[in-house]
Amino acid sequence: MAMFLNLQRVIKSGFIAFWRNGTVSLASLLVFTVTLFVIGGLLLGSAVFDAALTQIKGKVDVTVYIQPDTFETDILSLKQSIEQLPEVKEVVYKSSEEVLAEFRITHANDSLILQSLDELGGENPLRAELNIAAQDPRELGSIVTFLENESIISRNNGAGIIEKISSQNEKNQEAIDRFIDFTNTVETLGLYIAIFTALITVLVTFNTIRLAIYTSKDEISVMKLVGASDNYVRGPFIVEGIMYGVFSAFFTLALLYPVTRWISPLTKDFFGSINLFEYYISNFPMIFLILVGVGAVLGIVSSLLAIRRYLKV
Amino acid sequence: MIYFENVSKSYFDDTSPALENINFSVEPGELLSIVGHSGAGKTTLLKMILAEEFPTEGKVFFESSDIQTLNKQELLDLRRRIGMIFQDFRLLPHKTAYENIRFAMEAAGRSEEEIEADAPHVLELVGLEEKLWNFPSELSGGEKQRVAIARAIVNQPDIVIADEPTGNLDPINAYDIIEILKKVNEMGKTVILTTHNKGVIDALGKRVITIDKGKIIRDDAKGKYIL
Repeated sequence: MAMFLNLQRVIKSGFIAFWRNGTVSLASLLVFTVTLFVIGGLLLGSAVFDAALTQIKGKVDVTVYIQPDTFETDILSLKQSIEQLPEVKEVVYKSSEEVLAEFRITHANDSLILQSLDELGGENPLRAELNIAAQDPRELGSIVTFLENESIISRNNGAGIIEKISSQNEKNQEAIDRFIDFTNTVETLGLYIAIFTALITVLVTFNTIRLAIYTSKDEISVMKLVGASDNYVRGPFIVEGIMYGVFSAFFTLALLYPVTRWISPLTKDFFGSINLFEYYISNFPMIFLILVGVGAVLGIVSSLLAIRRYLKV
Repeated sequence: MIYFENVSKSYFDDTSPALENINFSVEPGELLSIVGHSGAGKTTLLKMILAEEFPTEGKVFFESSDIQTLNKQELLDLRRRIGMIFQDFRLLPHKTAYENIRFAMEAAGRSEEEIEADAPHVLELVGLEEKLWNFPSELSGGEKQRVAIARAIVNQPDIVIADEPTGNLDPINAYDIIEILKKVNEMGKTVILTTHNKGVIDALGKRVITIDKGKIIRDDAKGKYIL
């Protein structure tokens, strides 16, 4: 009970010290907010890059064009044998009719192409295809090797059923590698900025707490006189440090709401289907915990450093 | 209760020792005045009782414990048994008389019920029941010292130490403060005070230790101020 009472008093004293410091507290809050905003931005940016990467990796990696007049049973048999490969994530079969229908929809506004198709007199110039997605783009090579062998093994009345294998292997891989390099660079840079701003935050808060210790020197001497415990004397300054962190986390979260809302259409244009605002809203509890946690830890570290240096109890 | 055994204290930057071969004891319930010129070593002696300073030679005992060997918790416990009064009052300027008392009680871990009951009572004891909500700036020197006494005794210490409690007061207020300290002593508390004030010593008619240049030159059971 006495411990709870003391804790209550320590927290109350921390709040009083926080308000008493006025504009100095405000400076700490601002620098804390900048740091947490950078960390929040890093979290969101990392999510956007990861989602974009997953999206790129998930795109069709290999398209197999089937010889005309191939029996569907042979195509499905080939599909089945491809699906059994551990490197393969998904195989989608599209008949030549489906491919043609898709083609017409895609080029619905291109009258010249549609007219050319009509001139063929009902003949379908397009081939049935198998669209293969790999588990990992780096395994595309082994899938293509398998298909090249399969074109010999599979028979369609004695002939191979694969007309052409179109692999985006090298081109895709190069793009993916470049994107990974880009995201790594951005994330590393972001991390350095976050560490740098965190150091500035600790320094500014350290000085704020030092000032709080100085302005509270009379109270501290009275506490010592009546035999208050070390924790009772130090506690309010730690509470003050935590408050800087937690309040700044709230400011940052409030700031991220309009920022993600504003920036979301831009990221959608650039990265495709990722909606940053929706990501922020749906992952709010996690982002909240991370920012409040980081803020509190930075506040505690700053306070402990200042107390250790300037508060002899 | 308190026992100084061959205590000497030297500082690195001083050629002569602040205290030299001090021997005396204080019994429970005693009222002891320590007199001497400025720089005689009175405050150093008090700081040793509070364990803020330690002897370079000899030992200071509180009850049966050597103060220098106490651990942190035991030091806290010791300080909780001592109430301290200063010449410059050391009240918190942004707190009222009541809040100053309350703050000391909170820091000592007293419950809300105890604070509600004891804080007004102790202010009444020093005759400030009508000044509960006055800030130190609204109080006279004598009233400030009364608040300081109330703060020193509110946590029910066994010993009250007053370092020049009348130093900043006019004779009338000084006399009032001494009367209150006598009352505190009659409540069973051990009171140790340092002073320059001859009138105070003569009015008390209690034990007086006289210090000069760090040495005890006189220890009279019913002493007068002789220097």
